[in-house]
Amino acid sequence: MAPGPKVVLVTGVSRDLGRRFARRLAAEPGVGRVIGVDAVPPRDDIGDVTFVRADIRNPVIAKVIAKEDVDTVVHMSVIATPGSAGGRGTMKELNVIGTMQLLAACQKAGSIRRLVVKSTSTVYGASSRDPAMFTEEMQPRRQPSSGYAKDVAEIEGYVRGFARRRPDVTVTTLRLANVLGPHVTSPITSYFRLPVIPTVLGFDPRMQFVHEADLMRVLTHCVHHEVGGTFNVAGDGVMLLSQAVRRLRKPAVPLVRPAVGGVAAVLKSARMADFSPEQLGFLTFGRGIDTTRMHTELGFEPSFSTEQAFADFAAATGPVASPVERIVDGLAASLSDPARAGVPGG
Amino acid sequence: MGDAEIIPIGTGGRPGRGTGSTRPSRASRTLAGGAKPAAHRTPQPPPATVGPDRKPEPAAVHDLGGSATRGGPGRPATTTRGRAPGAGITPGEWLSAFQTGAAQVFGDQWEPQLARFLAFLRRRLTGEYDVDEYGFDQEVAERLLLACLRPIAEKWFRIEARGIDNLPADGGALVVSNHSGTLPVDGLMTMFTIHEHTGRFLRPLGADLVFRMPVVSSLARKGGATLACTEDAERMLAGGELVGVWPEGFKGIGKPFRERYKLQRFGRGGFVASAVRTGVPIVPLSVIGAEEIYPLVGNLPSLARLLGVPYVPITPLFPWLGPLGLVPLPSKWLLEFGEPIRTDAYDAGAADDPMLVFNVTDQVRETIQQSLYSLLMQRESVWR
Repeated sequence: MAPGPKVVLVTGVSRDLGRRFARRLAAEPGVGRVIGVDAVPPRDDIGDVTFVRADIRNPVIAKVIAKEDVDTVVHMSVIATPGSAGGRGTMKELNVIGTMQLLAACQKAGSIRRLVVKSTSTVYGASSRDPAMFTEEMQPRRQPSSGYAKDVAEIEGYVRGFARRRPDVTVTTLRLANVLGPHVTSPITSYFRLPVIPTVLGFDPRMQFVHEADLMRVLTHCVHHEVGGTFNVAGDGVMLLSQAVRRLRKPAVPLVRPAVGGVAAVLKSARMADFSPEQLGFLTFGRGIDTTRMHTELGFEPSFSTEQAFADFAAATGPVASPVERIVDGLAASLSDPARAGVPGG
Repeated sequence: MGDAEIIPIGTGGRPGRGTGSTRPSRASRTLAGGAKPAAHRTPQPPPATVGPDRKPEPAAVHDLGGSATRGGPGRPATTTRGRAPGAGITPGEWLSAFQTGAAQVFGDQWEPQLARFLAFLRRRLTGEYDVDEYGFDQEVAERLLLACLRPIAEKWFRIEARGIDNLPADGGALVVSNHSGTLPVDGLMTMFTIHEHTGRFLRPLGADLVFRMPVVSSLARKGGATLACTEDAERMLAGGELVGVWPEGFKGIGKPFRERYKLQRFGRGGFVASAVRTGVPIVPLSVIGAEEIYPLVGNLPSLARLLGVPYVPITPLFPWLGPLGLVPLPSKWLLEFGEPIRTDAYDAGAADDPMLVFNVTDQVRETIQQSLYSLLMQRESVWR
């Protein structure tokens, strides 16, 4: 095994998850320097991370990599929604052109040994013709024509091209399920934080979640271990949206599918939640990803299952028991104790 | 009782619509029956009739009926306290009524039964239950779906199952069945029959239309179905599930009544390839009776295209009788599970040998067709 990484470059540190990962990595023993790169400075403390203000969309990034003698690159600046970037055009440019520039710079730099790309399970799309669980070899049933899913598909294409041209670099692509956690702000968390949750009438999508702590752990794991390839990353188990809504103790409003689009537009303009067409598909058909290779080849074990990750997120939203639940609890409590002892565990 | 004070409602006890005038409105005079409104409709009811309500004694509720009839011969029964009878029922009475009711519903062992039911209710309300990776919710499938199918299967179709022993007690197996009946009732009945006799859940493979339709899609996944594709079939079979497949698909279920019990083409044999690849046995299943539940005599292709469904059926009862036409005809059903066809003897590359796959597909198809004919001979009539 190669010695630990000496200089790690992390992109996308202005956003919360990127910043926290860079900071955590810098504190890790066996890791030399950590350089954080982004077009805007991070808002919070970045600890021992050296911040370099550079836009990955222009060739400056190549100079940074060459000058700092970077050997490991963790690419985290793929953004899911245009909201934070200021528009779909900017978002696409950041995602696709940014990745192209970064990969071009990496290809030039002889010092690079490892590349870790944080991708997403959105690349598999969501449709009625999906298999229950996607493995890494499977393609989406319908190629995405626009939006985040298309960006990610293109980014992964460039990453594969890079891996072909630089076989000496270990390239790890992580396709993550939705990341949840008390501190995460993403389309799915803002959706679950709505006071009343709109759902698609007659559909109950399957979902998988990754806890934010596991995201940090898996990225760190990839920096330390040289395992190349593409891996699905998700907590064990699957949840239904109806289960998730009930565990949040929030009311769900089922709407017919065309109406959900309208509600999404209203919520978007009210800046309450940022729905994208991919997310609408996800909330209709759901998606499951197979994590066998994560366990066997990558050798990573998430510490939170899907349910635990969701429970941790739900606890932070402060769920309040519904009146019906209180009545049921009251009735159960009013029964005598031996009767309750007779309740089977399941 | 005489010392009770009177609590007037709304308008200070005066008649009318709250305008302050002592004269009742015209509408209320008409309602009162005309003749002598002021004489009997005194603004203040006699104190004696109001009495019982003011006392916090538990027996108040029993007094109510009697005193209402007692109070003034010429008065209507509706009084101020007659409107809120619940106020008189004590918690003790509620509890005893509740206990009697619970004993009625759950029998003598009602307490543990009820506790179990409440625990179930709580799990459903709070979402603290598990589903597998296909979205199968065993609790809902067992307690709700299969329980609802029981009367239909036992009383309506009088299902008779044969050759249940041909289903393996554990491990993966692929049940291959003929498909008929306009609506996939045969799939539901097969699921019920298998669970009833073996306790195992049949995991049906459904067309993508099933997962595109609202309500149907979520019910299908909760009931254990998944998409009929190679990936899912092999995943389930490798996981040791009992998987059900209807290779005729829409060609079989939507065929006209005159072609009943004639097997259609068995797809592309993908189910055989999956079984060979995972080495599980294929259990042929012949279902008799489903053809007659909704005899399909016509089709509306243009409406079907508009709705995006494979066919819009016309049966002797539908759509002429509206929703009543959706009641299936009570035909007699026979289900025969055939001798399992073993696939574990084939070597690794066999699944990629199209000739072998076609041969096994034909073998399965022939077996089902032959046993359909012999079952039809055995059945006395469509209804018995």
